[in-house]
Amino acid sequence: MSRTLAGGKAAFGKRAGRFGLYAFLIVSAIFFLLPLLLIIGNSLKSMEEIRQGNLLALPLAPTFDAWVTAWKSACTGLECGGVRPGLWNSIKIAVPSVAISTLAGALNGYALAQWKSPRANLIMLLVTIGLFIPYQAMLYPTVKILSSMGLFRTYAGIVFVHVIYGLPYTTLLFRNFYIGVPDEISCAARMEGASFLRTFWSVILPISTNILVVVAILQFTGIWNDYLLGLIFAGNDNLPMTVQLTNIVNNARGSASPNVNMAAALITAIPPLIVYFLSGRYFVRGIAAGAVKG
Amino acid sequence: MSSISIRKIRKSFAGLTVLDSVDMEIESGEFVVILGPSGCGKSTLLGVVAGLEESESGQIVIDGVDVSGREPSQRGLAMVFQSYALFPAMTVRRNLSFGMQIAGASKAEIEAKVAWVAKLLQIEALLERKPGQLSGGQRQRVAIGRALVRSSSICLFDEPLSNLDAKLRAETRVELKQLHETLRSTMIYVTHDQIEAMTMADRVAVMHKGRVEQFAPPQFIYEKPASLFVAGFVGSPAMNFVDGRLDEAGRFQVGDIAIDTSAYAFEAPPAPGEAVLGIRCEDVEVVGCETPESIPGTLAFVELLGADALGWFDCLGRRFSVRLTVEAARSMERKVGLRFDMAKASFFSATTERRL
Repeated sequence: MSRTLAGGKAAFGKRAGRFGLYAFLIVSAIFFLLPLLLIIGNSLKSMEEIRQGNLLALPLAPTFDAWVTAWKSACTGLECGGVRPGLWNSIKIAVPSVAISTLAGALNGYALAQWKSPRANLIMLLVTIGLFIPYQAMLYPTVKILSSMGLFRTYAGIVFVHVIYGLPYTTLLFRNFYIGVPDEISCAARMEGASFLRTFWSVILPISTNILVVVAILQFTGIWNDYLLGLIFAGNDNLPMTVQLTNIVNNARGSASPNVNMAAALITAIPPLIVYFLSGRYFVRGIAAGAVKG
Repeated sequence: MSSISIRKIRKSFAGLTVLDSVDMEIESGEFVVILGPSGCGKSTLLGVVAGLEESESGQIVIDGVDVSGREPSQRGLAMVFQSYALFPAMTVRRNLSFGMQIAGASKAEIEAKVAWVAKLLQIEALLERKPGQLSGGQRQRVAIGRALVRSSSICLFDEPLSNLDAKLRAETRVELKQLHETLRSTMIYVTHDQIEAMTMADRVAVMHKGRVEQFAPPQFIYEKPASLFVAGFVGSPAMNFVDGRLDEAGRFQVGDIAIDTSAYAFEAPPAPGEAVLGIRCEDVEVVGCETPESIPGTLAFVELLGADALGWFDCLGRRFSVRLTVEAARSMERKVGLRFDMAKASFFSATTERRL
């Protein structure tokens, strides 16, 4: 009898604990989702509704007018073409930058993981320091270097800058992954007569899918969300979406239209979200693999 | 066929000498086992022979050609690694054919070779699988297959059986030995397992602290160990050692007991001095406690091993293992006399630790 009572108490305590846990999780979810809901809600309102109504209210008559305006006719300075041209610019910048910095980082990381010498550790230390220097501190020298190379404010220039600034990060991630890959595999490939590059390409890269996806996603979001480098190095013809988004929001002409601003922000945020959804499985796997192997 | 000369190989890591002037002459078609405890430099030596590690000085000569500066793939040898080191993203077939593909072999030739190796090692059914889908024993076969497929005349093995369970290890040991009989290629096999060394090797090189202590056929190493280290490392249970002194009359003195050594074949006429007597457990005879020429001992305990038994006796101030029949072990008295078969014993210098 006393036993069942005790059991019942324990079950009750457990259920109460569960309840508290879920309550906390739901509140946290609402807290973090609120800004997103707000921005989606308001992007679907018309200007009149925004002027009259409460910012927190749900749209009474949802309309995609603001999205259409943001997409193709909002003014980004002198031109009024929306964020549409920026989308293509951003893709054009992000895709080669991500591909080159990821592959080069993999090659660097593999070389550094293979090279067992105090000098390799010194290089790794320098690379890590490179991670901690803020972009702002490197801007002026980079501008000077690119100008002397004739790449300042060109398409090749912005890709080059993204690759260079991304390399310390990608190198570090890949190196830490490859440190966990047994040396004997590389030795075996060498015994079979494979060169360093052949080993990297045929043996090492095929087992790196998870880390490749993780690094590519991190690089893609980083480069997609970049504003500073795009503003300075891309040149007027290649301004990425983020820069055009800021121009829409800061546009001095005409009255402020929050619904258009919010729609433009959402449009800009969609591509990284798509990338996450498509590769989330690999992403989690890669992060977990990294966590286990340190 | 291929002979290998290892000449004065030296190597050190951060001031620590790993290989200290290693010399070895390996004949064509020989199965040589390099035996030693972990950290003795045996795997490093194999790496130097393979060309995966550089030595500071010395030469590796294969078939009369100095290959010291050459890439591993230019030395005409193959290697099986401890962790098997199969290429994880490739099927077994691709694993086997990878090296030949790089070497530019024709498609027909590759297929014929892969088929031959798969049949030899009975892995035909596994060819389209990836290493992750194989058991440890199957991976091991594939790793051996990859080493054989290019018909290198020299095969190196780096503790290939140490990741297998005991039963599989015993089976694979026999198969490897048979494989060697069939192929007659030169094999160098690194292990810390003395049973592998005793059963497989034509000759065993026992390594200790970066040096080859003895390089001889396994039975010879067991019977006439060249140094105190070899005597202690080879054989299970370990050899019994007694510290004592050789006197002018050629007797071995321990405390107030003198043992006659006239039956022992010294390498050179012995000089009087501190010495160590080594005697294997099967070379000790248990007699009645009052028997003349015997050393008094006390039975401590008995281990029954199934086929025979080990008796542990306190004698001459230390504990001796003695191999006994099961009947003798069951009826053993506490107070006994021990008699050593001096013809099969070993004497070592206490200073140089070499055989006397």
